[in-house]
Amino acid sequence: MMSFIFKGLWRDKSRSRLPIIVVSLGVMLTVLMHAYINGFMGDAIEINARFNHGHMKVMTAAYAENAHQMPIDLALTGSDEIMSFLEREYPGLTWSERITFGGLVDIPDAQGETQSQGPVMGMGMRLLGERKDEVVKHGLASSIARGAMPQRAGEVLISDAFALRLGLEPGDTMTLLGSTMYGSMSFHNFILSGTLVFGVEALDRGSMIADLEDVRAALDMENASSEILGFFHTGFYDDDQARKLSAGFVPPPGSGDGEFSPVMHALSQQGHMGQYVNMSKVWSGYVSLIFIMAMSLVLWNAGLLGGLRRYGEVGVRLAIGETKLHVYKTMIYESILIGLAGSVMGTILGLFFAWLIQTYGIDISGMMQGASLMMPGEIRARITPVDFYLGFIPGVLSTVLGTLLSGIGIFKRQTSSLFKELEA
Amino acid sequence: MIFVIFLTPVLAAQDAATILQRVDANLSSRNRVFESDMTIHSRRGSRTISSRSYAEGNQKSFTEYLAPASDKGTKMLKLDKQLWIYDPGTDRTIQLSGHMLRQSVMGSDLSYEDMMDDRSLSEMYTAVISGRGEINGQAVVILELTAKTADLAYHSQKLWVDAVRYVPLKQELYAKGGKLLKKLEMSNIKQIQGRWFPMTMLYKDMLKQGDGTEFNIRSIQFDAVIPDHIFTKASLRK
Repeated sequence: MMSFIFKGLWRDKSRSRLPIIVVSLGVMLTVLMHAYINGFMGDAIEINARFNHGHMKVMTAAYAENAHQMPIDLALTGSDEIMSFLEREYPGLTWSERITFGGLVDIPDAQGETQSQGPVMGMGMRLLGERKDEVVKHGLASSIARGAMPQRAGEVLISDAFALRLGLEPGDTMTLLGSTMYGSMSFHNFILSGTLVFGVEALDRGSMIADLEDVRAALDMENASSEILGFFHTGFYDDDQARKLSAGFVPPPGSGDGEFSPVMHALSQQGHMGQYVNMSKVWSGYVSLIFIMAMSLVLWNAGLLGGLRRYGEVGVRLAIGETKLHVYKTMIYESILIGLAGSVMGTILGLFFAWLIQTYGIDISGMMQGASLMMPGEIRARITPVDFYLGFIPGVLSTVLGTLLSGIGIFKRQTSSLFKELEA
Repeated sequence: MIFVIFLTPVLAAQDAATILQRVDANLSSRNRVFESDMTIHSRRGSRTISSRSYAEGNQKSFTEYLAPASDKGTKMLKLDKQLWIYDPGTDRTIQLSGHMLRQSVMGSDLSYEDMMDDRSLSEMYTAVISGRGEINGQAVVILELTAKTADLAYHSQKLWVDAVRYVPLKQELYAKGGKLLKKLEMSNIKQIQGRWFPMTMLYKDMLKQGDGTEFNIRSIQFDAVIPDHIFTKASLRK
């Protein structure tokens, strides 16, 4: 019977073309919107995770209280031992040591005196050697605007806009003026190997990335790290899992006492990120729900209209002896086929447009100028497994529901009044 | 009667101004040379930095750090509103200005501005007497100071002045909004070259954790002869 219905739909384009187009458009918008929201929210979280918060962060209790001040004097000591412990006890995460610090970058003239300078937010991470940092693994090199990634100790990267402001070219020498872990004044010369465009206003304003060991040497932080970041192997932040790990964390023995004892915080337990993670969950859910409901109403309405438009046809079919139940059933089967066909087409189209936005992105850097929260300069959609079936909810269910309701009229239909209707 | 009522606050203000001038007479000088130890009590522990300083009026000063080894040879030169720091390790001379001068010196509770601003209190503030009291059995006059100009690091101050020796024993520094920024306690008051001077000062930056910074003057000489070349950039690299 299904092949008979299919042939009917195929041959009578008036019954299939418009409904399928309407369903496809609705499903396409649902899939695209879901991937877009997911991508935008997820990107902001992942950028903040990679550069700042990790999916998990281990730091001293005292550092955690003042993390926004980047207090390197409250850093973790015995970093190697804590790293071994974390890698052994939490194999589901990749761990990266970091030192975040503030300072002043000063560019010398020929006499070694200040030519230009500017405040900098610095990050020490593993750029050299085999155990590269998570940011490096995620294509930091692709953000190079001029020059190259550091190849040897003493070479650093700074943001391109900052380099231009200071008049700095790859190969030039710059001095970092900061303070050591013990509060002394620290001067350290670096060679600029390359400049970066992060696409994140907060980072492009004035940041510097150096190899962890160079920063340790500059800031007198032997075997110390401000923080150790953990990243789930899946590459995506899982708030429930992260909070479970954080709640169950027991510091390794001998890793420090009192305020210098290590603590583990999930991304959502750091600064404003909790608010953002919650907001992204709620927004993503609400926006998707509202959109699915809106599309369901549209498609349901389309199903209803389709059923009503065929009022005359139903009368003729009843007159030639088809049972009411059979007519009702065939109309439902037709709506299932239309819903399925529209959903498949809409899902393919939605995924295609989502893929375009995922691959090429939408540049919003102009709107992000002056932003203090790390927001991506480009909006990119993110296609997740849900997008492959999400569109079928409004696509099939609403179309069928619309037909189910409009089809109830079939049972009230009287064959005796058919000719009167046809004459009219 | 009316004349007396109007005149009383004027007299009080004059008294406060006089007290402030006597404080300045003790603390300010044409020039000075001193050696000091600065002990910084941070959350990780304490460390002491020794230095030798030369100052002339409120325009020129030069400091050379003597210990510990990691800081030895670091020099600072202030000329008017400019500050240069020389580091022997990198052989770099770095100039600091603007908001950088509000940063902490060597992780202490003092900012570069605190160290650089040697103008007399009378020059910077107007004073009123707000009360009298006692600190460690010593009678004090409490002065409230308000900035005469907007460019000062601290909009107002509260000063507990020794009523006999005219040396501040306690000082609180406030921001324009009324927030307490720093507290100072002075002790070990000695008479040197006819003036009373606190040889120990405990600074506490209220926005910073830790137990403050103790500034001990080991020796001080007022109105000494300081060679002109000390206050030149060339002396930084010597």
